[in-house]
Amino acid sequence: MESRTAVALIRFGLGRRGGEPLPADPAGWLAAQLDAADPGCASASAAEGLAALYADRREQRAGGHPTRTRDLFRADAAAAAALLLETPTPFRERLVWFWANHFTVSRRHGGLEALCFPFVQQAIRPHVTGRFSDMLLAVARHPAMLIYLDAARSIGPDSPAGLRTHRGLNENFARECLELHTLGRDAGYTQADVTAFAALFTGWGLGREDAAPGFAYFPRRHQPGAATLMGHTWPDGEAGGVAALRWLGTHPATCRRLAEKLVRHFVADAPPPETVGHVASALRAGGGDLRAAALALLDLPQAWQTDGKLRTPFDYAVAALRALDLPAERRPDLTAVLARLGQPWMAAPLPDGWPDTAADWADGEMLLRRADWSSAIAGRADGVDPMALAQAALGPCLGAPTALALGRAASRREALALLLASPEFQRR
Amino acid sequence: MRLTRRTALLGLASAVMLGRASLAVAAAPTARRLIVVLLRGGLDGLAVVVPRGDPDLAGWRAPLVPEGLLDLGGIWGLHPGLAGLHGLYAAGELLAVQAVASPDRSRSHFAAQDTLELGAAHGISSGWLNRAAALVPDDGPERALAVGPAMPLLLRGPTPTGSWQPAGGSPPPADFYATLRTLYRDDPLVGPALARALDERGLAAAALGGADPAPHGGFAALCAAAGRLLAAPAGARIAALELGGWDTHVNQPARLAAALRPLDEGLMALRRGLGDTWRETAVLVVTEFGRTVRMNGAHGTDHGTATLALLLGGNVAGGRVSGDWPGLRRSRLFENRDLQPTADVRSLAKGVLAQHFGLDGAALDRVFPASPLAPPLPALLRG
Repeated sequence: MESRTAVALIRFGLGRRGGEPLPADPAGWLAAQLDAADPGCASASAAEGLAALYADRREQRAGGHPTRTRDLFRADAAAAAALLLETPTPFRERLVWFWANHFTVSRRHGGLEALCFPFVQQAIRPHVTGRFSDMLLAVARHPAMLIYLDAARSIGPDSPAGLRTHRGLNENFARECLELHTLGRDAGYTQADVTAFAALFTGWGLGREDAAPGFAYFPRRHQPGAATLMGHTWPDGEAGGVAALRWLGTHPATCRRLAEKLVRHFVADAPPPETVGHVASALRAGGGDLRAAALALLDLPQAWQTDGKLRTPFDYAVAALRALDLPAERRPDLTAVLARLGQPWMAAPLPDGWPDTAADWADGEMLLRRADWSSAIAGRADGVDPMALAQAALGPCLGAPTALALGRAASRREALALLLASPEFQRR
Repeated sequence: MRLTRRTALLGLASAVMLGRASLAVAAAPTARRLIVVLLRGGLDGLAVVVPRGDPDLAGWRAPLVPEGLLDLGGIWGLHPGLAGLHGLYAAGELLAVQAVASPDRSRSHFAAQDTLELGAAHGISSGWLNRAAALVPDDGPERALAVGPAMPLLLRGPTPTGSWQPAGGSPPPADFYATLRTLYRDDPLVGPALARALDERGLAAAALGGADPAPHGGFAALCAAAGRLLAAPAGARIAALELGGWDTHVNQPARLAAALRPLDEGLMALRRGLGDTWRETAVLVVTEFGRTVRMNGAHGTDHGTATLALLLGGNVAGGRVSGDWPGLRRSRLFENRDLQPTADVRSLAKGVLAQHFGLDGAALDRVFPASPLAPPLPALLRG
C-alpha cells in the first residue's frame, strides 16, 4: 500500500474495511465520494422523535416507565453504526460526523434522546457537500437544536406573548451560534449583538405537539421591529433571522474559522496558517461551499503526510471495527463501546462538542481502556490472520517493532489485540 | 419416552460393556463431562512435570529447574506452584502425559494452535471438540460451551455451541501490557501517558518482575463458573477454557510460576464448582507445543516441539506420569533442540473420547480424520 493510499483510507476515510479494494487514485477516490449519492441512514425523523418524546412524557405523567425515546435512540444508533462500518463513501461519512460535532446536540440535555440522530440525518447529512448556510439554517430550525440551545423558549419581551407572560429572551442559541457555529469569539461582536441576534430568532419554536410537531414560526412571540447585528440591520419577522444566518454563514470570519477546524481535523492539531488560508479561500470563493472546502483539503501537501492525528475514541472504535469487519451479528454495540472508551455517542458535555487534538485524548487511562477493549474484541474475530490484517489496515504506517511484536504474540487473539492497541492504530 | 439422566447413565455403562458404544449411547444422553483447557503460548512441560532423575537435565537447563519440586514418584517432580494438582495426583485423579505433540512442526504459535484445535494440520475448518460434541449423546439445548471472552477455534463448527463470560469480561494477560509499554516507549505523543497509567494500574511492573501480575480472579473465576455450569443437570456436557502466559522466552522461572498459579487455582476451582459431578468429569489440559530443552540466553526457552499434557478428573486412572519418555540425551532430541515427541496429542484426545464417551473407531475417525498413525491411548480412565 502506498502512503497516499493509506492516508486516504485512514485519515480522510474511517479506516480500511477488512481487505476492501484499494483505490487506484487516492485523491480521485476521495473527491468522487463528494459527488456520490449519500448512502443514507435508516434514521427516524424529527417528527417521529418528537412523537416518541411526547408519548413518553404523557406515560411518565401517568406513572409509567416508557422506553420509546430510548428504543428510538438505540435503533437509530444501530443504523448509524452499520453505516459507519459499511459505507463505501467513508470520506463523506467522516464529514457527516465532523459537521455533527461542529453543530453539537447532546442527549445529556433532557428530551433530546430521540432527536439526536434525526438531527444528524436531517440537518447535517443532506448538506455536507452543499452550502454551509443551508446547513446552518437546517440546524437552527431543527427541533433538536431548538430544544438543546433553548431557542424554542426565547420570547420577545415586547411581543404579544412576552407582554402577556412577562417572559423574555433566551440568548443561549444566539451566543453559541455566533461563538461556536459561525464567527468565533474573536470576531468582534458585542453583548448588544448577541442580544439583537437573539431577538431576531424569537418566534422560532416547536409546533403544538398534537397538531404540527416540528419547527414552527410564532409571530406572536417575535420581538417586533428590525434588529441590528454587527452594523447590519435585519428585517422584522422570520425572514430577519434567516437573512442573518445566511450572512453569518458566508462571513469571512466564519469561513476562516470553519477552515481552521477542518484543517485541525484533517491535517494537524496546530493548523499551519497557509493551509487554513487555502481552505478559507475556497469556502469564501464558493459562498460557503462545503464540497469546495473538502476538495481544498485534498490539495494540501501537509494532509498527505503520514505523521497522523491521534484518533479520538470514536475514530478508533470505528476504525477497529471496520478493520475486523465482523459479521453484523457479532459486532458489539457501538454506543456501549464509545461509552466505555470515554466518548459516549451523542453525549458531548458542552455545546462546543468533542475536542479534536491529541492533548485532549492522549490520556493514559483512556489509552489503556482502548487496550482492554482491543483484547476483548479480539476474541470475537474469527480466523483472522493478524499480520495480514495489520498490513491491510495500516499499510506503510505499520512500524517494525509492532510487526515484530505481532509475530511474537502467543496467540492470534493476542496478536490481534496488540494490533488494535498499538500506537500506530491510535493514529489517523 | 424421554430418557432420564439416570437411565442414560445406566445405558451408557451397559453399552460400553457390550462394546457397541456409539450405537447404544446415541439415544441416551450422557452424564459425563469433558472440559478442555487450552494453554496458549507453548507450555514448557519440562519445567512443570520435571524429569529430575534424567541424567541430562541439569546440563541443559539447571537454572530452569525449580527448587522444592513436589514428588511424583520415579524420575518425576512437580513444579512447586502446583500444590493443588499435587493433591489430585496423590488421590490418583491426575495423569501426566509426557512427550506429546500435535502433528504441527512449524514452531509457530498460530499454526500450531490451529492444528491443535482443528485436530488436523489442514483440510478441515471446524474444531475437533465441536465435531466431538456432535457425536456425544446429549439432549441439552447447547452441547458445548466456551467459557471466557473468546470462542476458540477448538469449539467452532456446525454443532451448536454457547459461550459464557462474566459481566465485565476477563482481563488480558499481563504480558500484553508489558508488550504495549515497550511499543509505546518511544512514542512522544502517547508513550509517557500510557506508561504512567500502567504504573498506576501496577500491572506491567509486576509482570516484568514476575510477581503476581494480573488479578487471577480471572481464570479461577471462569473455572468456578464452568464447574457450576457443567454441574447443572441441563447444562452443557462439553466446555473449553483457555489461559495464556506460557510464552516464556525471558526470565522463565518467574513468569512460569506466575502463569501456573492461576492454572492451579483455576483447576481446583473447577473441581469445587463441579461438586459431585467431578466423578463424571475429565479435564484435558493441552498446549500447542513445548519449548527448547536448552535454556536460551535470557533465562528462558524458545519454541519447541513435544511437551506435557494433563488429564484430571474423578474417573481418571491417574497418580502416574505416562508416556514413552524419550530422554534428554543429545542424540534423542528432536532436531537437536526439542523434546522428541513420542505420542500424538490426538491419541490422548481419542483415548479420552473413546473411554469417556464410548465413541467407537468410526466416530473417532470423524473427530480426527486421517489420523491412523495416532491410535487412541489406552487405560486413561478407570472404567
